[in-house]
Amino acid sequence: MNDLLAARSQMGVSLAFHIVFAVVGIGMPLLMVVAEWRHLRTGDPVYLDLAKRWSKGTAIMFAVGAVSGTILSFELGLLWPTFMEFAGPIIGMPFSLEGFAFFVEAIFLGVYLYGWKRISPRAHLWAGVLVAVSGAASAVFVVIASAWMNAPAGFRLVDGRPVDVHPLAAMANPAAFTQTLHMVLAAYAATGLGVAGIHAFLLLRDPAHRFHRRALAVALVAGAPAAILQPISGDLSAKMVARTQPAKLAAMEALFETRAGAPLLIGGWPDPDRGESPFAIEVPYALSILAFGDPRAEVRGLDQVPRADWPNVPFVHLSFQVMVALGTYLALVSLRAAWLAWRRRDPADDRRLLQALALGTPMGFLAIEAGWMVTEVGRQPWIIAGVLRTADAVTPMPGLVVPFTFFTLLYVALTAAVVWLMRRQILETPPAEAWAAPAAAKEAARA
Amino acid sequence: MPESALAAALAAAVMASLNAYVLLGGADFGGGVWDLLAGGPRRDRQRALVADAIGPIWEANHVWLILVIVLLFTCFPAVFARLSIGLHIPLSLMLVGIVLRGSAFTFRTYDSQRDDVQRRWGRIFAGASIGTPVLLGISVGTIASGAVRVPAGEGFAEVFVRPWLQPFPLAVGLLTLVLFAFLAAVYLMAEADDPALREDFRHRALGAGVAAFGAAALALVLAREDAPLVWNRLLGSAWAVPVHLATAVFAVAALAAIWRRRAAAARLAAAAQVTCILWGWALSQYPFLLPPDLTYRSAAAPAVTLRLVLAALAIGSIVLVPSLYYLFRVFKGRPA
Ligand code: HDD
Ligand code: HEM
Ligand code: HEM
Repeated sequence: MNDLLAARSQMGVSLAFHIVFAVVGIGMPLLMVVAEWRHLRTGDPVYLDLAKRWSKGTAIMFAVGAVSGTILSFELGLLWPTFMEFAGPIIGMPFSLEGFAFFVEAIFLGVYLYGWKRISPRAHLWAGVLVAVSGAASAVFVVIASAWMNAPAGFRLVDGRPVDVHPLAAMANPAAFTQTLHMVLAAYAATGLGVAGIHAFLLLRDPAHRFHRRALAVALVAGAPAAILQPISGDLSAKMVARTQPAKLAAMEALFETRAGAPLLIGGWPDPDRGESPFAIEVPYALSILAFGDPRAEVRGLDQVPRADWPNVPFVHLSFQVMVALGTYLALVSLRAAWLAWRRRDPADDRRLLQALALGTPMGFLAIEAGWMVTEVGRQPWIIAGVLRTADAVTPMPGLVVPFTFFTLLYVALTAAVVWLMRRQILETPPAEAWAAPAAAKEAARA
Repeated sequence: MPESALAAALAAAVMASLNAYVLLGGADFGGGVWDLLAGGPRRDRQRALVADAIGPIWEANHVWLILVIVLLFTCFPAVFARLSIGLHIPLSLMLVGIVLRGSAFTFRTYDSQRDDVQRRWGRIFAGASIGTPVLLGISVGTIASGAVRVPAGEGFAEVFVRPWLQPFPLAVGLLTLVLFAFLAAVYLMAEADDPALREDFRHRALGAGVAAFGAAALALVLAREDAPLVWNRLLGSAWAVPVHLATAVFAVAALAAIWRRRAAAARLAAAAQVTCILWGWALSQYPFLLPPDLTYRSAAAPAVTLRLVLAALAIGSIVLVPSLYYLFRVFKGRPA
C-alpha cells in the first residue's frame, strides 16, 4: 500500500467512524428533550425513565464522538499538512465557530448527564435543548468546510497560492446550503429511525410494553419527518452537484457521454474501460429532468474529463444507488407511520410497520456512509476540487501504512466496546410490570 | 488594528487556550494519575472522588485543546503544517492516549459495577492519563528546542525521531506529568468533603509540589544544551527576573497553603504557578511560534482571517464565559 493510499484510507476510516457517533450526538439530544418535555407536560414517569435511559447511551456515544473528532482535527495536519496550510486561513473560520459549538455542547451535556438532581427540571430541559441546538450547529459548521472542498470559493488562485482570501465568502460557497441541510436531516432520520427500529423490534416480542410504545412514538416524531424530507433535499443536492461538479455527477450517474435528454440509470455495473453500464435499467430523459428540470437539457458526461482525472466510477455510482435505495425505503416506511398517525391510529399496533421499522434500523447510518463515499470519492483526484490534488497534499512522512493499521485496530476495539456496552444498556430495559405501580408513588420514590 | 498587533493577539489567544487546557484538562489527566496511585484504607473513595470530579467537566475541558488546534491551523497554518509533519509520531501517540483516556473513563462509568470490570477500564484510563501528558510535554519541549523539522533528504530517524527523543523534551514531558498531577491533587484536596480524604490529597499535593521543583530544575539544566534559545532568554533577558520571581512566589505560596490546609488559596496559587511556567516558556521563545524561524508574524494568515477569528473569539466568549461559569457553579459550587 503506498503512502497516499494509506493516508486516504486512514482519513476515510476515521471519518466513517466519527460520523456515526457525531450523528447520534446530534439526534439523541432531540429525542431526550422530546421525552423529557412530554414528561413535564403529562407527568407520565415512563417518559422520564426513557430520557434517563437514553441519556446513558448518549453519554457513551458522545464520549467516543468527542475523542474520534479529536483524532480528526489532528489528522487534518498529520495526513494533509499541505492542504491545511493552503486551506486553513480560508476555511478555518467555520472550524473556529465549531469550536464554540463544541464548548456549548460539552458544557451542557455535562450539566444534562450529571445534573438530574442538582438543577430544576425546567433548567434541565433547557440544558438538553442547548445540547441539541449546538450539536446541529457543529454539524452545520463542519459540513460547510467539506462543501467548500467540493465547491471552493472565497479566494483567487495566483501562481498556485491563494490571494484575496475572504473567509465569509468561502463559507457561503455554492454547495454549503444543500449539503448542510441534507446532513442535518440525515442525522435526525438515521438516529430517529435507528432508535425506532430497536424499539419496534422489542415491541414485536412484547407488544404491550408501555416503555417501548412511548419510545417508538418519540423516535418517530424525530425521525420520520426528516426521512420524508430527505429525498427532496437529496434532489436539491443533486441539482447543486450537476451545476458545480459535473464530473462527480457523471460518475454518480455513470454517464460516460455528454448527452441532451440524458437517461437515468438504475442499478448496473459501470465499466469505465468500455464506457458502458451492463445490467442497468434506463429511464429515458429522467436524468436531464432531475438535474436541470428540463427533459432536453444537456448533461455533461465523463468524456469531458481527462481519463486520468476520473474518480472511481463503479464505486461512486454504486454508493449513490445504495443511498437512494435506502433513502426511498426509509421515506416510504415513514410515510406509512405518518399516515397512521394522521388517522389517529397508534403505529405500535401495526405489526407490518414494526417489522419494516426493525428491518430499517441500520439503514439511515448506511445511507450516511454511502452518501459520504459519493461526495468524497466522487471528488477525487482532487482534495479541493479543481485547485489542489490529493496526491500533492499528503504528508512527506513515510510508512503511513503503520498509523493506518494502528488506528484502524483502535477503531475496531472501540467499536467492540461500544457494541458491548450498548447491548447492556438496551437489555437492561425493565420488564413492563415495573410501571404497574401508580405514577404518583413512582414519582415520590424518585424525588 | 495593525497586522502585527492582530497576529500577536491571536498568538496570545492560542497560548491562553493552551493555558486553560493545562489548568483544566491537565488536572483531569492528573486525576488519572491519582486513580492509579490510589492506596491505603480509603483507596476506593479516592477513586470515587476522582471520578466525581472529572465526570461532568472533562469533555468541556477537553475542548480547549481543540480550540488550540483550530486557532493554530486557521491563524498560523505554516506552524500547524510543520508541527504535524515533524511531530507526527509523538502527536499520534498522544492522540491514542487521549482516545483511551476519554473512552475508558466513560466506559467504566457505564459498564457493570463489578470489581474486575471496573479495574480493567480503570487501568486503561490511568495508564493513558500518564502517557498523554508526557507526550504533550515532549512535543512542547521539541518546539522549544527549535528541533522540529521537515524532511530534506535526511534519513527517517533524523527527521521524525531524533528531534524529540532527546533529554530535554523528555524532561519537559516529565515536568508536565508532575505538574498535572500536582494540580489535580490540589483541586481534589479542595473538593473532598471528608477530612481524612482531604488529608490523603494534601499529602499527595505536597509530594507532587516538591517533585515539580525537581523536574523543573532538571528541565532547566538540560535546556542549556538542547534549547539554547530558551536557556539564554530564561537567564539573560530583562523580564526573566520578574517571571522567575513570580513563579517562585506562587510555588512557595502554594506549598505553604497546602501545608496550612488552606485549600482555596492553594488552588489559586498552584494554578498561578503553572500559568507562570507556561508563559515563561512562551516569552522565552518570543517572537517565534516555532523556532528557529517561524514567528507569529511570518507565519500569520491574511489579516482578514485574523480579524474575523478575533471577532469570533470575542462573540464566542460572550456565550462561553457564562456557560462555563454555570457549569462550574453547578458542579464545583460547594464552598471549599
Ligand atoms: C440518512 C441518510 C441519507 C439519506 C436517506 C439520503 N442521503 Fe443523500 N447524503 C447523505 C445522507 C443521506 C449524507 C451522508 O449526509 C451526504 C454526504 C454529503 C452530504 O452533504 O450529505 C449525502 C450526499 C448526497 C448527494 C451528494 C452531494 C454532494 O456530493 O455534495 C446527493 C446528490 C444526495 N445525497 C442525494 C440523495 C437522494 C436523491 C436521496 C433520496 C432518497 C438521498 N440522498 C437520501
Ligand atoms: C463525516 C463524514 C465524512 C466521511 C464519512 C468522509 C469520508 C471520506 C472518505 C471515504 C475519504 C477518502 C476518499 C478518497 O480518498 O477516495 C475522505 C477524504 C477526506 N475527507 Fe472526507 N468525509 C467526511 C467529511 C469530511 C469533512 C467534514 C471534511 C473536512 C472539512 C473532510 C475532509 C477530508 C479530507 C481532507 C480528505 C482527504 C483527501 C481526500 O481523499 O479527498 N471530510 N473522507
Ligand atoms: C474533518 C472533519 C471533522 C473534524 C475535524 C471534526 C472534529 C470534531 C471534534 C474535535 C469533535 C470533539 C468535540 C468535543 O470535544 O466535544 C467532534 C465532535 C462532533 N462532530 Fe465532528 N469533526 C469532523 C466531521 C464531522 C461531521 C461530518 C459531522 C457531521 C455530522 C460532525 C459532527 C460532530 C458533532 C455533532 C460532534 C459532537 C457530538 C459528539 O461528540 O458525538 N463532525 N468533531
